[in-house]
Amino acid sequence: MRRASTVTTPKKLSPYAIARMRRKKSLQRFAQAFFGQPAGVIGLVILSVFVLLAVSAPLLFDREMLDITETLGNESLEPPNGDFWLGTDENGRSILAVLVWGARASLVVGLAASLISMVLGTLIGIGSGHYTGLAGSALQRLTDWFLVIPFIPLVVVLAAVLGQRGLGTIVLVLGVTSWPGTARLVRAQTLSVEGRPYLERAKVLGDSDWQQMTKHVLPNVMPLVIANTTLTVAIVILSETTLAFLGLGDPFLDSWGTMLDKATGAGAASTGAWWYLLPPGICVILVVLAFTLIGRTLEVVLNPRLGSE
Amino acid sequence: MSERAAVGSVASEPVIEVDDLVVTFRGRRGGGTARALDGVNLAVGRGEIVALVGESGCGKTTLARSILGLERPASGEVRFQGEPLGYGGRALKAYRRRVQLVLQDPTGSLNPRQTVYEAVAEGPRVHRMADESGRVVQALSQAGIRPPERFFLRYPHELSGGQRQRVVIAGALALNPEVIVADEPVSSLDASVRGEILALLLQLREELELTLLVVTHDLGLAWNIADRLVVMYLGRVVEDGTTEQVLNNPQHPYTKALLSVVPEMEQVESIVLTGETPDCARIPTGCRFHPRCPAYASGEAEAAGIADDCRSRELPILGATGGHRAACWLVPAGDAPIPR
Amino acid sequence: MSDVAALELRDVHVTYRTREGPVPAVRGVDLSVFAGEVVGVAGESGCGKSTIVSTILRLFPASATVTGEVLLGGENVLTMRWGRMRAVRWGVASVVFQGALHSLNPIQRIGTQLVEPIFLHDKLATDNSAATKVRTLLEQVGLPARHADAYPHQLSGGQKQRVMIALALACDPQVLICDEPTTALDVMVQAQILELLIGIARERSMAMLLISHDLSVLGTSCDRVAVMYAGRIIEHGPARAIFDWPEHPYTRALSSAFPTIGDAASRYAPSGLPGDPPFPGDLPSGCPFHPRCPSALPVCPTVDVKLLPAGPGRTAACVLVDQSVPTR
Repeated sequence: MRRASTVTTPKKLSPYAIARMRRKKSLQRFAQAFFGQPAGVIGLVILSVFVLLAVSAPLLFDREMLDITETLGNESLEPPNGDFWLGTDENGRSILAVLVWGARASLVVGLAASLISMVLGTLIGIGSGHYTGLAGSALQRLTDWFLVIPFIPLVVVLAAVLGQRGLGTIVLVLGVTSWPGTARLVRAQTLSVEGRPYLERAKVLGDSDWQQMTKHVLPNVMPLVIANTTLTVAIVILSETTLAFLGLGDPFLDSWGTMLDKATGAGAASTGAWWYLLPPGICVILVVLAFTLIGRTLEVVLNPRLGSE
Repeated sequence: MSERAAVGSVASEPVIEVDDLVVTFRGRRGGGTARALDGVNLAVGRGEIVALVGESGCGKTTLARSILGLERPASGEVRFQGEPLGYGGRALKAYRRRVQLVLQDPTGSLNPRQTVYEAVAEGPRVHRMADESGRVVQALSQAGIRPPERFFLRYPHELSGGQRQRVVIAGALALNPEVIVADEPVSSLDASVRGEILALLLQLREELELTLLVVTHDLGLAWNIADRLVVMYLGRVVEDGTTEQVLNNPQHPYTKALLSVVPEMEQVESIVLTGETPDCARIPTGCRFHPRCPAYASGEAEAAGIADDCRSRELPILGATGGHRAACWLVPAGDAPIPR
Repeated sequence: MSDVAALELRDVHVTYRTREGPVPAVRGVDLSVFAGEVVGVAGESGCGKSTIVSTILRLFPASATVTGEVLLGGENVLTMRWGRMRAVRWGVASVVFQGALHSLNPIQRIGTQLVEPIFLHDKLATDNSAATKVRTLLEQVGLPARHADAYPHQLSGGQKQRVMIALALACDPQVLICDEPTTALDVMVQAQILELLIGIARERSMAMLLISHDLSVLGTSCDRVAVMYAGRIIEHGPARAIFDWPEHPYTRALSSAFPTIGDAASRYAPSGLPGDPPFPGDLPSGCPFHPRCPSALPVCPTVDVKLLPAGPGRTAACVLVDQSVPTR
């Protein structure tokens, strides 16, 4: 819809100033639209709480509280009381402390793996969409190949190959198994953008392949990628929890998944130690919910603009 | 605007030459090779405005794209100022500064996320030209957007159709090209806005000595601004001459039919051809127009004794120069008779 | 020709509610089409012609406020009961939409799509009778019956448009509305489609409303033409008269935008108007055309002109036509 814009530009404005002004305006518009969606706000609030907890973990609870050699004196599997708000685990550690430190682990793994997934997925998605012929087909086949790899057996294989099941392995595995989803989405969007006349115009103006992809395809694909990545984080956190729960995680890492694993191992279900089982489970659900709400809101907010173009 | 004679001429060194160009596309799903261009000769002089006219499937867009270097020929060549086109990265990029494109749909031609400034500055940026903002201001003014500064931060969706097309034209002008290829420059625009954009193109030809190649199905547009008219059908040129020659005295039955269905031409009885242009993967034998040709169907060809030729003998490809010519067995070879 | 118009619009106003305020898309339109007549509506973007189309069959969005009367065979569409509305849609009046080429469902065969309205409107239709009807329809629009088994992507643009026309005729309507039926088609195909449409309208004595931005197309195929600008009809009369001697400056500009080939006056002299068609939410004062009018007078920005008599059977909304308004 046409609106008479009343923006007056002072003369001799540098191109950088113009670009900055434009970015500021569009950011303002985006923020307005996002905060108008209650679901997104709720998700953001929940996430902020957890991020805050994760960041301030060392301030709230000393690292030593996680060291089982330090907690030998405590009662094991004690229900919540004055000293330990969420009770203790089988080694006498404060469950609340482990929980807050676990937030760190889960969020870091989630974000790191999602970052890998986003970068790889976007690069390969745009590449396979832009390059026709052999290169494009090759990238497509690569995507399909990685798409079908199940992550649980991959962890086992990689662990055996790399010799240890550390944090790095987990992040690697999760990143490697979640990028194909993003790549396929990005490829579809790239194909749709490539079909538009302005890509042809860019070509005729002299843009190289790289310039076409970064100046025209990427900005139009980015909103989709961001929305998709937030959803990916949710999936990755769940996957990490699953891996840890199955005992395939890093045994030295205190994530929520390992807590669940240890809880069942310690027989928490049969002894009724709900304070051990419920908190990590609920935290996982809340964080995943937060990311999902944010991701959905991003899609809704960014879509009308995509739709009107 | 007063009447004036055509400015350009082909007699001097032509700016663009197309020599026996053949462009093919691989057929889809088992169909044969599609010969989008099946032997085309063309010469465009400096400052000339040439209209490529025909329906969809005739190859006019493919010809325009080949001239721009976007399609590689199967055989034949395209020459710019006497030099054949180089298809390597650097040669092509240098060529882009001299031959530019204005596309049909101004809304689709502009990246919706780019402001007007960025859209026009893109060309100079890619080619690392000096004084980017100066060029943008100049290009926007030349394209009729004044004052240019007021439009810098606007987005395409805030502009009208006519303004968008001017921005696209400015984007092409920012590179100081010598030739502009315009693909249906006004067909997506409102009727009342058409005149201004066409007048702009004429003005650019005069002020900047631009050579223009306009691809269109609109004969009225050709009448408004073109010096020469090239009519194409199924990958070949079927008639070539000055606009007056072709439109006042059409020789080829296809041109006659096209002219007759233009709504403004009601003094001429409409010759509505049956069917549609056939697929360029299945080109008819002999004269490629004969299955739809009214002269063939009405017996005129039979009476002239050339019906066999129409069916089986392929017509020679028209040369690039030589006055008003038509590729039809009914038309004597060489220049068409002078109009009465 | 009966006394009751097959389609009649009386003082129709359509306003859209938007975030930026009310946008009056149609500002008082009176139009009537009788059975067997072909009436053309000429106009460009923002003039309200597409809004008229969606108003006739009550297809406007909930954010639109509509006043006035839209009568189909004497019945007011705007006050009809929902059930009667559904029967009227396609049964009494149907539309060939703009951009119809993309309106076909790509994963359904043509025959399946043509049969759908038949079953919806005729409770007694059987598979056989419907199939026969489809064959007849395809024949009437000049397509071989075997196309009923084809998918849309197997057809060309012109063929798809013919299918859309067949679809519009599926329930034997009395009123046919064609919104820019020939844009996006080749010149020759345009001529074929127009020939087909006019032929069908005459043959079946239908009332046809033909909407286009090309005045010359309407001039040669319609009985009467109404020219719209900024939500109003600004000129109305017999098609030939409007085309040959336009009274309103806008009609003159529209008509000369597509030049007469062979006329030396338009050689190297493209004719057009400065500026752009106005956005309905932001109309100039007085006569909405005055900022672009080559014959604007000092009185024009102050006087909002209604349709005035401008010759036998003709009206035009321009002060230049009215002898009584002082032009000094």
